[in-house]
Amino acid sequence: MSEVRFTDQHEWVRLEGDEATIGITRHAAEQLGDVVFVELPQAGRKVGAGGEAAVVESVKAASEVYAPVGGEVTEANSALEAEPAKVNEDPEGAGWFFKLKLSDKAEFAKLMDAAAYQEFVKGL
Amino acid sequence: MSMNSQGRPSHSGSAQGHELPTISGDRGLDLEARLIFEIGRSGVTGVDFPDVKVADARLGGLRRKGAVGLPGLSEPEVIRHYVRLSRQNYAIDAGLYPLGSCTMKHNPRLNEKMARLPGFGDLHPLAPRAATQGALALISELMKWLTTLTGMPAVAMSPKAGAHGELCGLLAIRAAVEARGEKRNRILVPESAHGTNPATAAFAGFIVDEVPAKPDGRVDAAALKAKLGPDVAAIMLTNPNTCGLFEGEIVEIAKAVHEAGAYFYCDGANFNAIAGRVRPGDLGIDAMHINLHKTFSTPHGGGGPGAGPVVLSERLAAYAPLPLLVSDASGFRLIEDRDELPEGAKPFGRMCAFHGQMGMFVRALSYMLSHGRDGVRQASEDAVLSANYILASLKDVMSAPFGDGPCMHEALFDDTFLEGSGITTLDFAKAMIDEGYHPMTMYFPLVVHGAMLIEPTESESKESLDRFIAVLRGLALEAKAGKRERFDGAPHYAPRRRLDETAAARKPVLRWKPDALPQAAE
Amino acid sequence: MRYLPLTPDDRRAMLAKIGAPDIDALFRDVPREAVVPLSAFDLSETKGELEVERALSKLAARNVAAGAVPSFCGAGAYKHHVPSAVDHLIQRSEFLTSYTPYQPEIAQGTLQVLFEFQTQVALLTGMDVANASLYDGSTATAEAVLMAQRLTRRPKAILSGGLHPHYAETVETVAKLSGVVTRTPVMPGVAEDIAALIDNETACVVVQSPDVFGLIRNLRPIAEAAHAKGALLIAVVTEAVSLGLLESPGAQGADIVACEGQSIGNGLNFGGPYVGLFATREKFLRQMPGRLCGETADAAGKRGYVLTLSTREQHIRREKATSNICTNSGLCALAFTIHLSLLGEEGLARVARINHAKACALADRLSRVAGVELVTPAFFNEFALKLAKPAAPVVDALAAKGVLGGVPASRLMPREAAAKNLLIVAATETNTDEDFAAFETALAEVLK
Repeated sequence: MSEVRFTDQHEWVRLEGDEATIGITRHAAEQLGDVVFVELPQAGRKVGAGGEAAVVESVKAASEVYAPVGGEVTEANSALEAEPAKVNEDPEGAGWFFKLKLSDKAEFAKLMDAAAYQEFVKGL
Repeated sequence: MSMNSQGRPSHSGSAQGHELPTISGDRGLDLEARLIFEIGRSGVTGVDFPDVKVADARLGGLRRKGAVGLPGLSEPEVIRHYVRLSRQNYAIDAGLYPLGSCTMKHNPRLNEKMARLPGFGDLHPLAPRAATQGALALISELMKWLTTLTGMPAVAMSPKAGAHGELCGLLAIRAAVEARGEKRNRILVPESAHGTNPATAAFAGFIVDEVPAKPDGRVDAAALKAKLGPDVAAIMLTNPNTCGLFEGEIVEIAKAVHEAGAYFYCDGANFNAIAGRVRPGDLGIDAMHINLHKTFSTPHGGGGPGAGPVVLSERLAAYAPLPLLVSDASGFRLIEDRDELPEGAKPFGRMCAFHGQMGMFVRALSYMLSHGRDGVRQASEDAVLSANYILASLKDVMSAPFGDGPCMHEALFDDTFLEGSGITTLDFAKAMIDEGYHPMTMYFPLVVHGAMLIEPTESESKESLDRFIAVLRGLALEAKAGKRERFDGAPHYAPRRRLDETAAARKPVLRWKPDALPQAAE
Repeated sequence: MRYLPLTPDDRRAMLAKIGAPDIDALFRDVPREAVVPLSAFDLSETKGELEVERALSKLAARNVAAGAVPSFCGAGAYKHHVPSAVDHLIQRSEFLTSYTPYQPEIAQGTLQVLFEFQTQVALLTGMDVANASLYDGSTATAEAVLMAQRLTRRPKAILSGGLHPHYAETVETVAKLSGVVTRTPVMPGVAEDIAALIDNETACVVVQSPDVFGLIRNLRPIAEAAHAKGALLIAVVTEAVSLGLLESPGAQGADIVACEGQSIGNGLNFGGPYVGLFATREKFLRQMPGRLCGETADAAGKRGYVLTLSTREQHIRREKATSNICTNSGLCALAFTIHLSLLGEEGLARVARINHAKACALADRLSRVAGVELVTPAFFNEFALKLAKPAAPVVDALAAKGVLGGVPASRLMPREAAAKNLLIVAATETNTDEDFAAFETALAEVLK
């Protein structure tokens, strides 16, 4: 049973047990345009909630991707290095960025659910 | 009567559209050029040198074992190749080049001739002092022009470009702060600043703190003052700013900055709007780089070389980098080492080998002497006049976010007038290419949406400006009417259609490789 | 004013359209006290071409051009023969008066040249990729050190004593902000054990070959020692022509190559503008500073070129850019590319061999002079001589005899006592036997 939450920085987190999978939202992927490069964190790196964890680049823009929740990185989606286009094709599926072992579940609970995020995007 | 019926036909034929691809791939004067690596071959050369044999004895066992892999071409092939390539470029010599903030003004050919005089062009940087007095005198004369025009006491000549000048200025500020025994690590940069400003500040080891702009396109002086504090080393302000506006509160800002113990760095990229009329030194500026390739007409050369001397206030002059130029009864002399410093000099270091962009110095001085102080002033006035003429002539059909008052040397528009048309700033710019113009600067500054920054410079005649205005009005009216034909997929008449930048970035091919080898190892 | 097309009538008409009474109205945002009259500037008035040419020619005539006398100055700038076609081509309006290729559809000329340039530089240095040029060799070296600090996340840069002192000072000026820079002292004849200094905090070692005394350095053992400790080797080359005869830095294990490209296509210009060549391994690409041109296709499927990977650069990354660099040295890179195209494989190899042969002949000749000792055993086209007298006054005395007899090492390293009598001498294909004879004779007289 997994649950997905969103941040106002346009990241999503899917929680399964204490494993969080993180990526950027469809809205963010559309705003960025064609993604050409991603820089991913190495497994074992510890990041705090809101800390810079990855970089995503399109032709014209580069953006930091923040860890919505804190924890230790367990895996990066190395498929994106060869095929950054996956971020555009399936941002909330095959285009995930990295997984981490969540250190504090309360951080997850604070994030927006899908409906709240939809409202948030509408208001931009 | 005898008639020769074999003469060539003299009627002009049909002017109907003709889309048939040519057999050659070339089209009339539109000539393609393959890569030199594809046309060259071994056994051919464009130079004639004797085949001298050398022994290995003095090569330290490091003689090259394999070939470099360079192609061989004869002189006519090389000339044809690069002439063909040149014809795929737009150029200020060929047409109006209204790139805002880049200042594509006329590049006088006298400058080129002067820079090529053997006494300058063929002079070794480390030749003995007696052999270089004329060159040092020229640098000294240029320093006089730069300090006089800016009203500043000192100038560091070695920075090789604008961004290099920014670095020089900030390193001088860093040295001055350290000399005072203070720790100031923050630099305030307006959000409208050119990207080099925050990049330079970070490069020089400072933390960048952005200052918002006001709705009128100027920096928010109150917000700026509120950010001042004991940890602020300097502010970096562009004036005239990147919206083409003069920061009217500059004197007051400078005062507040100085009272807070900080320094005032001015990005001098837009000095060409005020040269000969306003002295930055009178405004309270402590350091400002001058892009000789903008204000003083040295050519842009497809992306450099530039030159970015930095004028310095009394408070910073001591920290100018090596080398220093001094003169005494025996002539000019370069001080290249800390052991020979004149009294009070505390150089922060060295920006580069040798003494700066001499070739650009000769060109800039040639321009200054040609114009004289009166011409420099007139050039600034004409640049401002021309930009305002464009603003006044286009603001009813395009949208000028700050169009209520006069602009300086460049006119800023945004994409409000394109709203609902489905046409973007990019489409509009690319349609200008089909009309024979280089597009304006687009999507900069970042503080307005879909920015279009037009800098006509003083080099255009009124007729040229009127024609440009007519074309832009025509495009704007069609865009607003939703007529997208000219915009969709433009340009249509350039050597290339729009290029796939995404593919270029996703799988970078940054060099030619022989077919036998796989492209860019992934 | 010949550069200003607007007439007084035009100006009046334009002001009328704007609705401004006079030009001052357009400057209304400028504080009144900041506007100064023309008389505030103690500078000359407009001059015609003839007068300007006269004034500047007078200054030029007070200099001694390298081509005017027997000339042997090197130490980071070299006089070579540049074929006539080079200057003709770089003065074509479309190259000279175009801007950075931001609109690729109408800048394919500049872009394709950059692609060819990047390929030539990669081939010449033996590296995978090169950028579209930096300002010069010294700033390229500084950028290389910063790049190594970023890549390794380590602070320390070790500079070989054989690195041109101006380069070393340029590196120190910027790299000390983000790390620690140490320099090893080195003098010709004294072996430098730079490998012993590399530790786990070392980001890079910077070694020039041929070094400032002309000595050809074997980079392989240094590369191995650096790599064993997780550090990078930055190879510096100040004489690009040497790459036509010597093994490339890439083949010797360098991770980054910073090279001065002036020797190919560009004149001496009293020190600038020059062109910095910068090349590295594919795996380090993302941390490389400066502009990059890449191949792609247009909407009609035709091959074309664009600036790419620009998210590394200041206009997008702002304070997170790899460097603050904006311009490259485009026109000098063009001159380099055209000259190297004319040379080709065989031309470059021949010129390089001639340089070495000339330098060998000159070294032999000057070594015969009493009070002169050759102290560089392995060299390309430049070597150091130990004189019986301080070299600086010798160079001045030679100049008085009409010979530009090289660069005294003390000019570059005035605090090194051991450098006092060292003279750095370069010979290129431009030097003749008559030049050599004149140098030998003059040097013998001066040292007498």
